[in-house]
Amino acid sequence: MSEVAIHARGLTKRFGQVVAVNKVNLEVPRACVYGFLGPNGSGKSTTIRMLCGLLTPSEGDIEVLGLHIPQQAEELKQHIGYMTQKFSLFDDLSVRQNLEFLATVQGLSRRDEKSRVDDLLKRYRLDDREEQLAGTLSGGQKQRLALAGAIVHRPELLFLDEPTSAVDPESRRDFWEKLFELADEGTTILVSTHYMDEAERCHRLAILDIGNLVADGTPAELTEKLKGRTFLVRAGTPRKAKEALDGQTDVLSVAQIGNELRVLMREGNASIDALRHRLDEAGAQAEVESVPPNLEDVFVVATRKHADKQEQPA
Amino acid sequence: MNLRRLWAIMIKELRQLRRDRITLAMIIGMPVLQLVLFGYAINLNLRHLPAAVADQAQTAGSRAAVQDMLASGVIELRATAQSPQQLIDLLREGRVSVAIAVPPDYERRKLDGREAIQVMVDGSDNVVQSAAAQLAQYPLNQPDDFHAMAEQPISVVSFYNPERRSPVNIVPGLVGVILTMTMVLFTAVAIVRETERGNMELLITTPVSRTELMIGKVLPYAAIGLVQTSMVLLLGVWLFKVPIRGSLWDVYMAASLLILANLSLGLLISTRAKSQFQAMQMTFFVFLPSILLSGFMFPYDGMPRPAQWISELLPLTHFMRLIRGIMLRGATLGDLWHDSVALAAFIAIMLTLAIRLFHKRLD
Repeated sequence: MSEVAIHARGLTKRFGQVVAVNKVNLEVPRACVYGFLGPNGSGKSTTIRMLCGLLTPSEGDIEVLGLHIPQQAEELKQHIGYMTQKFSLFDDLSVRQNLEFLATVQGLSRRDEKSRVDDLLKRYRLDDREEQLAGTLSGGQKQRLALAGAIVHRPELLFLDEPTSAVDPESRRDFWEKLFELADEGTTILVSTHYMDEAERCHRLAILDIGNLVADGTPAELTEKLKGRTFLVRAGTPRKAKEALDGQTDVLSVAQIGNELRVLMREGNASIDALRHRLDEAGAQAEVESVPPNLEDVFVVATRKHADKQEQPA
Repeated sequence: MNLRRLWAIMIKELRQLRRDRITLAMIIGMPVLQLVLFGYAINLNLRHLPAAVADQAQTAGSRAAVQDMLASGVIELRATAQSPQQLIDLLREGRVSVAIAVPPDYERRKLDGREAIQVMVDGSDNVVQSAAAQLAQYPLNQPDDFHAMAEQPISVVSFYNPERRSPVNIVPGLVGVILTMTMVLFTAVAIVRETERGNMELLITTPVSRTELMIGKVLPYAAIGLVQTSMVLLLGVWLFKVPIRGSLWDVYMAASLLILANLSLGLLISTRAKSQFQAMQMTFFVFLPSILLSGFMFPYDGMPRPAQWISELLPLTHFMRLIRGIMLRGATLGDLWHDSVALAAFIAIMLTLAIRLFHKRLD
């Protein structure tokens, strides 16, 4: 089998006049955690749904696990797990009943079913709640149950659509541990998120913005490209310093974090001296320091670049 | 089709149903409530209808006949009149709702085998009319009570409304009405609910087939439909002495046909409705014509042509003919094959459409 789990070319989805996903090219290697980073409405869910055959693309070719989608979508369904954005297990069935139902529906044999469900209950720390109705679980428990349900048939490929949007930070950390466990066992995972810290944990990631794939690569590769363009400004009056920098042609973005400003400069003309000079002129007492770029910077650059491109006259 | 998968879906559906108190209450409560409501309305109008008599014959035989009718308790003597005209006046004034006219040549007419007594009914009141119609239409095989009177040549003329209806008609019809009300709604809502709650998105990413999903969701409700049918029949026989003259097997076969027809219609609705509320609206859209045009409330023959065409499209119309035929006239399903075939065709078309229109996709 090839080393590529998902391969998509020119993937496009239009809903009437609206282009939800625009000519996305995607390549997801096997046994890796691949992140989809993007704000709400950037086309993450639509892309995932097209990849698992739930939506028919308007244009483009998809090959998932060597199968052509959407033509071979039914065959694909035995090999994938899908955890929807909204909790989609049955609120009015117990934890065990939910898992047993999914196991049967996914075609597990009667003998396999019992041991698999027991195993999952233990592994996802739900064994003390197996008789509880799924609807009465806490956010973190629901999410663990949903994950258990999505992998009950040991899928090769797992799609997770914003799995952690409704849980607390500790549950999120815990959840990601489980994901890496699965990836270690050879499962390919495609996960969408709008949390930077989660994106940073992925082996590879793609940034989506208004339906366009604007950047992809490993987190290190992506941040590496911005080296030397990010600065930290400590000023007595941060608001004043921000005013001095906002709107300057060489400054891409200024974000205030407490009493500090994080400044991202445009490619080519990033210099710490220019920044200092600018601040002195404005009379802002400030210390400037060069800092390593993070994914948030990558995100700003990627989405901004795209917006600039669109504004250019054709 | 994988039977284990089908079974899993059915069990899941039943488990969810067990926790859904309101639906459960509807399953049990609706038939009982409707039967009691309709049923006691029937019972009330069987007794003490105000009546007037004009006995122009005044023979021993005519007096005995009138006494027998009064003894039934269906009517109660409120006034005596001298002529049929006076009776009509009493009816019009609303002082009586039944009037019995015995013509002067009563004995002669009886001998000739012509109609000897005329019962006039206030047909503007449907209830009165059906009760009075019963005066002349009761079964003939109980020799000692009033119903034997029907053997005698009594004619009923219904004023203001020529259609005669027997209240016994209502209970068999009620089986159909209740099944239409609950079955269409339950299936439509059962599927749309899963779409609304997001369960469907999960289900369609599993290897479950469309047919497994549809049949698995529908079969539990078919069983519930049969339970409802039994409840209405039992209560109908027990409380209201509704006869079942045909075979019980035919009754259940007819009920099964209607259940399946309604379930497939519910499935079709579920493929189009976006929310439970929409599903309910669409159900109502079918339900209202079913009640009004099926012959449950108004006779088919009295409807204008276009209404009859619509009526023919409704499964309840065909069931109404089947069940009344089987229960009241002792007919068999074979005797009424037209309607059986119509229901079967309805099921086939709706089910095919529903499975066609249901996609394991979101677009």
